[in-house]
Amino acid sequence: MTPQDLSTEAEWIRRCPRGEKKAFGYLVKRYMKQAYYAAWSILGSHEEALDASQEAFVKAYRAIDSFETEKRFDTWYYRILKNQCLNMIRRRGKNTVALSELIETDSEPPEDSGADRMERERLRRAVWSGLWKLDPEDRELIVARDMLNTPYAMLAELMDCPLGTVMSRLYYARRKLCELVKQEVG
Amino acid sequence: MMYLSEQERELFVKALEGTLMSHERAVWELLLAARPDVREEFTAQQTLKEVIMKLTFTKPPEETWDRYWANVYARIERGLAWLLISIGGAVVLSYAAYSGLMELLNDVTLPLVVRIAGAVLVFGLAILAVSVLREKWFTHKSDKYREVIR
Repeated sequence: MTPQDLSTEAEWIRRCPRGEKKAFGYLVKRYMKQAYYAAWSILGSHEEALDASQEAFVKAYRAIDSFETEKRFDTWYYRILKNQCLNMIRRRGKNTVALSELIETDSEPPEDSGADRMERERLRRAVWSGLWKLDPEDRELIVARDMLNTPYAMLAELMDCPLGTVMSRLYYARRKLCELVKQEVG
Repeated sequence: MMYLSEQERELFVKALEGTLMSHERAVWELLLAARPDVREEFTAQQTLKEVIMKLTFTKPPEETWDRYWANVYARIERGLAWLLISIGGAVVLSYAAYSGLMELLNDVTLPLVVRIAGAVLVFGLAILAVSVLREKWFTHKSDKYREVIR
C-alpha cells in the first residue's frame, strides 16, 4: 500500500467517529475480500466467512474510537476478525466442512497421463483434507502464506511476533500437515 | 523425531521459499549434505507447498461483493436499533415493576405476608440486576484482554 493510500485511509478513519458511515464504507470495500478469505481460511465455509468478516467490521466500527491512527487498520481489524472466527469455531464445537464446498483446483497440464492425474488429484485431496484437520491457527498461517501469498513481514505484524517466530510456526504447521498427508495417502 | 535448531528452521523455511542469501545457501547445503533426514523432510514440505500453491479459493458469486457493504451497514443500524429497544424495554419494565410493587403494597385485601414477599422479590431482582451490570461494567473497564479467547 502506498503512503498516499495510507493517508487517505487515515482520513477515512478520522471521519468515522463523527458518524460518517460512508467513510467506513470505503474501508470496508478496500478490505472486504481480504477479510472474507482470511475468515474463510479459518472457518472453511462461505456463509460463516461472510458472517464473521461482516460482524468483525461492525465491531471495528463500534470500537473505531480506540483505534490509533498511526497504526495499520488492516492489522487491527484482523485481530478482531480472528477472535470473531475463533469464537464461532468454539460455538459450533467442530471445524469440519464438506470438501465439495471448498475445492477448486488449477487446470491439469494436458501432457499428463490419466494415472498421473489421478495420483495428483489423490495428493491434492489428501492435502486439502489434511488442511482441515489442522488447528485453525496452523491452517490460517499456511493458507495466508501459500495460498494468499501474504508477505512474511505482514504475517509478523498480524501475529504480533518476530519474523523468526513466524518461520518457526510455519515450519511446524507444515510438518504437521506433512504427517497428516502421509497418514491419508498411506 | 528430527531436530532442527532455530537457525536451521529459519534456513529450512527460507530454502523452501527460495529466499536464501548466498552465505545462507552455503550453510544450508552443508546441512542437507550432512542430514538425510532434513533432505527427506525438505522434499516432503516442498511437494506439499507446490500442491497448496496450486489450490485456489472457490470464488463467491460477484453479487456477494456488491451487497457486502450494504449488509455491514444494515448490521450497524440494527445494532443501534437493538440498543434503543433494550434501553426502552429496560425503562418500561422497570416502571411496570415499580407500579406492580406499589399496587401490591397498597392492596389491603392481600395478606400482609404476600405483600412483604412481593416487595422482597422485587428488591432481590433489583440487587441482582445491579450486581450483574456492575460486574459487566468493571470487567469491560479493567480487562484489557477481553477480546482474547481463553
